[in-house]
Amino acid sequence: MFTLGSVLDNELKSTVEDFSFETNFSTNQLMLPNIEKPFEFAQSIIGLEKDLQENENQLMFHQQKKEERKERALIKGYKGTTTLAFIYEKGTVIAVDSRATSGQYIASQSVQKVVPINSYMLGTLAGGAADCQFFLAHLGRICNLYELRNNETISVAAASKLLNNILYSYRNYGLSVGSMICGYDTRGPQLYYIDSDGSRLKNSLFSVGSGSPFAYGVLDAGYRWDLSKEEALDLGRRAICAATFKDSYSGGTIKVYHIDENGWVKISDDDASELWYEYEKKEKKEKK
Amino acid sequence: METYLGEKQQASQWSPYINNGGSCLAVAGDDFAVIASDTRMSLGYSIKTRYSTKYLKITEKCSIVSSGMQADIFTLHKVLKSRAQIYEQKHGKPMSTDAVAKLVSRLLYYRRFFPYYTFNIVAGIDDEGVGCVFSYDAIGTLERVKYSASGSGSSLIEPVLDNQVALKNRNDIKKEDFKLTKEYAIDLVKDAITSAGERDIYTGDFVEISVIDINGTHEEKFELRFD
Repeated sequence: MFTLGSVLDNELKSTVEDFSFETNFSTNQLMLPNIEKPFEFAQSIIGLEKDLQENENQLMFHQQKKEERKERALIKGYKGTTTLAFIYEKGTVIAVDSRATSGQYIASQSVQKVVPINSYMLGTLAGGAADCQFFLAHLGRICNLYELRNNETISVAAASKLLNNILYSYRNYGLSVGSMICGYDTRGPQLYYIDSDGSRLKNSLFSVGSGSPFAYGVLDAGYRWDLSKEEALDLGRRAICAATFKDSYSGGTIKVYHIDENGWVKISDDDASELWYEYEKKEKKEKK
Repeated sequence: METYLGEKQQASQWSPYINNGGSCLAVAGDDFAVIASDTRMSLGYSIKTRYSTKYLKITEKCSIVSSGMQADIFTLHKVLKSRAQIYEQKHGKPMSTDAVAKLVSRLLYYRRFFPYYTFNIVAGIDDEGVGCVFSYDAIGTLERVKYSASGSGSSLIEPVLDNQVALKNRNDIKKEDFKLTKEYAIDLVKDAITSAGERDIYTGDFVEISVIDINGTHEEKFELRFD
């Protein structure tokens, strides 16, 4: 029997005791409907299927059922995206698009898919937008508390582990989070991929979202550890541009961030289709 | 591995949600915000009532409109109103628009596993006096924008706002030459929701429109088609 009691933040309880007659507001649990199988119900009403690779071993029968469930889902959360991040000699590069879709409707072309956790760590948003926003903001709070209590900055490995543990306890509840925690700490540039299934992977490059196959194509071809800063930023930008070109669920504007020992900086914010035309023009010029 | 019979039984499962229709929109300018919603409440092909309010004034500087299921709209507005009142009594000042926006997001996400079937828009003046609009999905994704539309007529209204407020896909006017005045915004909002009423069966009857600026909130009501 799952209990959510200790999940969100035990420590928060002690800080709200000063207004003890109001503790019913300061709840640290998400509300669960009072029925037999709450997480099955939750999964059936919200149409948030993960953008990540489907299990190819699924029988066609199960596949049909999944499609029907997706169609029947009344509440469609925002999803659809391409995000990527990689580490190289001089730091970490993060590039994201900014489109959010709800079914086939483009809900927004200006979503912030990179969430600052603190001054030297960024988290990316992929999958369910509300889930990622909530849990990354929560991770920011926990990291802040850690720094206040221990008088030292939290490592990227520890921060990603904290988020991983929280998400693992919500496994099978239908959350959809495909987030990358990127930062620069005493061990150098670090990159972790966190999933709502409970996986936590460490690697030098990742791309997450419906447009990730297209981004990987460009990224894997151009990636080297000893890239210069300009080359690395350009690589990230080109990879997202390729993904927005081919994937209908990605688009909007392309934002690029860079993290080094001085913290994170936003490098650029370009319209995806305009950027594509610019690249085309450049190539035509070079051919001539 | 479930049998085909099991599949059929699942198909007729009761759902706690219904869609009562309606459209809402909001537009923000440099020092004002305009927010509007229709008041028709429908169920299937019938109209249940011609006047069911979707609008709530939270503070003098901030209001919310919601579309979706009327029961959830009513409950969410009730909770929001009481939370805003408690904040004001506890802190001695009304909630800022940014705080209201974040509170709505948290209230929605609290119900992540049994959501409010509401599509909300919060609009008002922020602490610097600049107009702002916040749009949400059903589970609380928060985004600050210049304009937003939600509800059954949103896909009819949103392209109009893209073209007229954000000046997208326009060759006749440049962004530098365009200033969004209050009169222009009010007319635009009225026209947009009237046009939605022409083509969307769930939008009609009355429109509650309110203009929020540094002097407070000014509310108005006008009629749409009754058919």
